[in-house]
Amino acid sequence: MISDEVGYNGKVEGDVIVTKADAVINWIRKHSVWPMPMGLACCAIELMASAASRYDISRFGMEVMRFSPRQSDCMIVAGTVTYKMAEVVRRIYDQMGDPKWVVAMGACASTGGMYRSYAVMQGVDTIVPVDVYVSGCPPRPEALLDAMMKLQDKIGREPSVGNLRKPKSVSAC
Amino acid sequence: MIDDEFTKALLEKNGFLSRRESIDCLTMDCPADELADMALSLRDEEGFDLLVDLTAIDHGEDAEVRFSVVLHFYSLVHRGYLRFHVPCSDNEKPSVPSISDIYPAANWHERETYDMFGIEFAGHPDLRRILMWDEYPYFPLRKEFPLAGIDTPLPAADVVEVTKASVEPAPMMGGPFVSSGDGVMSESEPRARDESWTEESEKPS
Amino acid sequence: MSKTVTREISIGDVGTRGSEASEKADSSRMALNVGPSHPTTHGVLRLIMELNGDVIEKCEPVIGYLHRGDEKIAENMTYNQFVPYTDRLDYLAPLANNVAYALTVEKLAGVEVPERCQAIRVLVCELARISSHLLGMGVFGMDAGAWTPFMYTFTEREKLYTLFEELTGARFTTSYTRIGGVARDIPDGWLDRVKTFCENLPKATDEVEKLLTRNRIFLDRTEGIGVIAKEDALAYGLTGPNLRASGVDLDLRKDKPYSGYEKYDFDVPIGTRGDCYDRYLIRIEEVRQSLRIIDQVISDFPSGLWYAEDARKIFAPPKEKIMTSMEELIQNFMIVTEGPQVPPGEVYFEAENPKGALGFYLVSKGGGVPYRLKIRAPSFCNLSILEKFVPGHMLADITVILGSLDFVMGECDR
Repeated sequence: MISDEVGYNGKVEGDVIVTKADAVINWIRKHSVWPMPMGLACCAIELMASAASRYDISRFGMEVMRFSPRQSDCMIVAGTVTYKMAEVVRRIYDQMGDPKWVVAMGACASTGGMYRSYAVMQGVDTIVPVDVYVSGCPPRPEALLDAMMKLQDKIGREPSVGNLRKPKSVSAC
Repeated sequence: MIDDEFTKALLEKNGFLSRRESIDCLTMDCPADELADMALSLRDEEGFDLLVDLTAIDHGEDAEVRFSVVLHFYSLVHRGYLRFHVPCSDNEKPSVPSISDIYPAANWHERETYDMFGIEFAGHPDLRRILMWDEYPYFPLRKEFPLAGIDTPLPAADVVEVTKASVEPAPMMGGPFVSSGDGVMSESEPRARDESWTEESEKPS
Repeated sequence: MSKTVTREISIGDVGTRGSEASEKADSSRMALNVGPSHPTTHGVLRLIMELNGDVIEKCEPVIGYLHRGDEKIAENMTYNQFVPYTDRLDYLAPLANNVAYALTVEKLAGVEVPERCQAIRVLVCELARISSHLLGMGVFGMDAGAWTPFMYTFTEREKLYTLFEELTGARFTTSYTRIGGVARDIPDGWLDRVKTFCENLPKATDEVEKLLTRNRIFLDRTEGIGVIAKEDALAYGLTGPNLRASGVDLDLRKDKPYSGYEKYDFDVPIGTRGDCYDRYLIRIEEVRQSLRIIDQVISDFPSGLWYAEDARKIFAPPKEKIMTSMEELIQNFMIVTEGPQVPPGEVYFEAENPKGALGFYLVSKGGGVPYRLKIRAPSFCNLSILEKFVPGHMLADITVILGSLDFVMGECDR
């Protein structure tokens, strides 16, 4: 049954849509972002709460929280990154396949939070390039979902086809 | 019950102990070389089978005895706590005998005290850092170590190569505001114990 | 031509497996790093293990990946400024940490809080205990492979979060207590909402129990696994449900009662075998006992003030008085800038947190800033026993053992 509300007439054009490759690739990518939860401290509990039934991150297609970096798109750094843990975070980031994004969840991951001390790295953007920063201590699940929606917008604007032809380079920050 | 009778008996049995003032539980001073025997007797004879805590205090660089190790024991039989202060004889290389063979709980506590203060525990099976990474050169809880930290290279060479990151002092930005509370009001107003850089003074390179 | 080697492995109990494995120690040992980022390690715990086939021969935990320098920070903050840091120690039951810290400083300062404040603190501690055990059980089920209990317990926790948010303003990092009282009084009607929650909770706990307690798979995975002997538990400094599962009757709420716990009637479950199943059963039973305590607190809730009125140098007076009267204004100024004035001395206080006994050792040289604050974390001591009792188990048991110990790295590393 062909609906009258669709913007084109299927009987004329057939079931074919003509659009930019970027639009299709980005649309597919942003609606199935598989997060890699780098749950380090208290923000991990709010991450789990946003995956639970009340705030349901699954409606965005993100409930597949794979702890394997090879199978994930987006690393959500949730919690305080200490200098001892920094190399682990970087190694896991390196193991993720392109294209990959990083969300710094919470005050500690964004800038070190209230822990201005000798052992805490003042922001995870020192070692990985961050795409979205979420503030809060811990951020409410709604704030995290808002951040994931902003990430979806960012993914929508990426020049994906151009990136396909570029050789893979190690990203510094 | 840990009452005066118990205290008297304990002091009589172990002449090297001396009582300390305290508001909450029985506190004793114990010299370092008697610590191992004391711990053994506490576990086997007095019924203090739970080592609750083992830590240290840094009394400051000017103090006569700079470091003292503090132990807390709990007895299920007497339902009470017992605290021991053990002064470390040497201020430069403090050392105290380890009790990890008597109380296995002391194993990690002693490692943590070594990590934070630099106190060596003689006879510990595996004395290395536990909370900071193994090559960290400083002892953080000593009074002269600043809260913001000191520049050190990051422990992983491959990460440093790519990201050029290192362990930097945290930006205190003029905080936290604390006041000493004593003395003339104009001098004891809250001000930053300025450890690192602020808007006025440049970041040390 | 390949040579086939057959080797008999007896599926006996853990002890025989362990001794058999060590006898046949050939070069088939494998080093395995269960790294800091792993779904089973709740938080950032690293286990360096040596395996002989599937049997673990050596297990060395490496901690410190979440060491944030709390004790050094405490030497630079006033007593009230440090309260948010105590939230983030055991971040599954932040209110219990707040209460333990406030009680420590009040003990040194010699401040007695009124009955209403004590009742609020008991109520809030027990709600935190329910919250922590619900998450512990949900995640324990998830470790053993069951996803559904996790969802059910999280739904109940969301109801608790709504209650906490109404009381303190934050979902879970609450920073609710102050030295000498609590931040604000309970809102109108809050007690009725707590009562409704407590009436609905047994149904949810029963559902989780129906899924797990008599489940054949769950029993096979947890019974007889991870047995901690009574002497080992005491020798390694375990406290809380882990110690009680091994048969030791130590509950600080009964043995050294604080904040009015002696007025309430409740039982303390003690285990017999000390295995993972016992630890799970004890936590479920503790949730039920917490509900009993909450019922008693609500039914006889005292009226009065929620802070110590005569603690002039410790607790800031109410806002209306500060804005209108000079003396209270000065008092508030001194307390905020210099901190609550605590006399010199030292004190050690332990509270029965859901994870074990959380202790604070406080040394003060006068003034509003502590000289030394040591946080005795229950998870730190609970984890030190891993090296002793894990060898001999199979690799797949590690998830269940770690889940049953129910530790939190925020507290362990501080």
